[in-house]
Amino acid sequence: MENLKLRFTTRGPIPGTARSTIVGVVASGNLEVLLERVLDQNECAVEIATPVRGYDDVWKAVVADFVERASPGGMRISINDGGARPDTVALRLMQGVRTMEAGDE
Amino acid sequence: MSETGRPFAASASWFLSTARERLAKLLDAGSFTEFVPPSERVQSPHLALFDLPAAFDDGMIVGCGRLGGKSVLVAAQEGQFMGGTFAEVSGAKLLGLIRAARDDEKLPRTILLLLDSGGVRLQEANAGELAVAEVMRAIVEARAAGVAVIALVGGRAGAFGGAGLTAATCSAIVISEQGRTGVTGPEVIETNKGVEEFDSRDKALVWSVTGGRTRRLIGGADAYAEDTVASFREATLALMGKARPFDLATLRAELARLAGRVGRLGGCDSAVAMWSALGVADPRATADMDDPAFVALVADVKGAGDDAR
Amino acid sequence: MTLDEILAGLFPSGHDVVVGPGKLLLGTGRRVGGHAVEVIGIAEGEPLGIDGVLPLAERVLDIAAAGGDAPMLVVVDTQGQRMARRDEMLGLNEYLAHLAKCLLLASRSGHPTIGLNYGRAAAGAFLATALATDILVALPGAEPAVMDLPSMARVTKLPQEKLEALSKTTPVFAPGLDSMTKVGAVTQVWDPAKPLDVQLEATLATIPAHDVRDALGAERGGRLLAAGIARRVADQAGEYRRA
Repeated sequence: MENLKLRFTTRGPIPGTARSTIVGVVASGNLEVLLERVLDQNECAVEIATPVRGYDDVWKAVVADFVERASPGGMRISINDGGARPDTVALRLMQGVRTMEAGDE
Repeated sequence: MSETGRPFAASASWFLSTARERLAKLLDAGSFTEFVPPSERVQSPHLALFDLPAAFDDGMIVGCGRLGGKSVLVAAQEGQFMGGTFAEVSGAKLLGLIRAARDDEKLPRTILLLLDSGGVRLQEANAGELAVAEVMRAIVEARAAGVAVIALVGGRAGAFGGAGLTAATCSAIVISEQGRTGVTGPEVIETNKGVEEFDSRDKALVWSVTGGRTRRLIGGADAYAEDTVASFREATLALMGKARPFDLATLRAELARLAGRVGRLGGCDSAVAMWSALGVADPRATADMDDPAFVALVADVKGAGDDAR
Repeated sequence: MTLDEILAGLFPSGHDVVVGPGKLLLGTGRRVGGHAVEVIGIAEGEPLGIDGVLPLAERVLDIAAAGGDAPMLVVVDTQGQRMARRDEMLGLNEYLAHLAKCLLLASRSGHPTIGLNYGRAAAGAFLATALATDILVALPGAEPAVMDLPSMARVTKLPQEKLEALSKTTPVFAPGLDSMTKVGAVTQVWDPAKPLDVQLEATLATIPAHDVRDALGAERGGRLLAAGIARRVADQAGEYRRA
């Protein structure tokens, strides 16, 4: 297993009041993303656990692109990866943000 | 039409939904509260040894909610994660839920088990097997304390191995056409006993042996649902409050039911032969008819209504 | 130890337990002092299928119905559930679960149940018999397992050598008596060099009133998490109810 930890400063927080949500499942070619509103509103931390080695740069690029687009301030994002492709990762991350925005406590 | 006579509501496929989607749509909107949720990160410490990813809920979601306004405890297996298997963490979560119901009579008196599991997780085989044994005992103890435990089977992994035994330990079972129950999966039987014993690639054969329609017809399940969350909801609601007590009389009746099944159907060499022996007029049509026609058929079959378990 | 030696050792005052059709064990043994121990089981590694379950379940229910408090000994040497299309078609899961429920009912009805694994014990047949008792003991040489390593290698698609190496470090999946003892499934391992009747009496005196297997697994270090997690779920359910 490989573990990656990334930290970002964001433009601002994700709206909404939901404390946490989980999207996706850990399965072949899929992943689960846990989002928790626990950090300062301009901070975002992303932790990734993946059985696929050697794709650090791809992860960094996909996550950086997501942070730039979604500005997920306040979020601790944790990923259990089942070997998902980058487009699936991007999709799940955005799905997670939308769920956080829509949901309430 | 469902077995309760009301029309099926259109909704998402149970088979294709994730465990969380099933719970969200099965229960009254917004009523679900999870115990030991993913944010507590109670996940398997063993999978990493095999270079396999863990899941934040270990593929077992437990909590409480309401169904038709009535409080229920719920557990749901995620069949897409490690085949929904019983393992140390996933098994202990389910065990804790059932024991809570057993010990605290102010908790809801109904537990819904959304089973979707190939059985024991081999990477944690001993812990998983023992968890099934503990769960079966806890189900019996909870039932004896007046708790109804209802199994819902219609997911990708079905309910095999320890999950098949768990289902049959419950007060009642709801199954869909796609739901499959058994002990040894067809692939394992083929590997061990040869393709003549069981050709696991013959999908029609596999379906006819382990599938929900056969199970419902021979009395291996107590209610039949269409493959929608709405239909499972309706079938479950219809079963609530009707559980038999767990006692000698129930087990005597179950033994008579199971012995009677061997007597009536034990000589059959195929599911079609079983359906024919059950008095189904056109057994070959059973596989192809639509759900309402099948529900009407079940109503006419003797034995399908005997639900002692 | 052979089955004959085991039965003779358990019941020096006599027994009428025989291995009948389907390698099923049925009969009664005499304890010192004359009290009965009801015996059921399956021998010689025979797989347990629907035809085996029915007579065993009937016997267990008869004992439960007859009243009294005679202990029940479930003697097990089985390679696992019968793997056959016919048994699966008839709903083997219901039959195996039924036998387990009968044993649990007998226990609840006042008959303490002891599982005794002296040979193999695997998978669904294990759940239906020895694992559905109040306490499981084993004799050295017993081989309880969910699945043997070659089959496990096939199903998990992992090299057998890797599984063998891992099995030396973690009891959570490795087949065998040591692992099953460490995780809490097997409570005691009897000593074949000492009188079995004395060990049976000692075990009967220590039958737990509740399922303590998760606590045992934690205590023995073979299943560290399960007990705590089960408690945590129950605690949160209780907190929610009170809130």
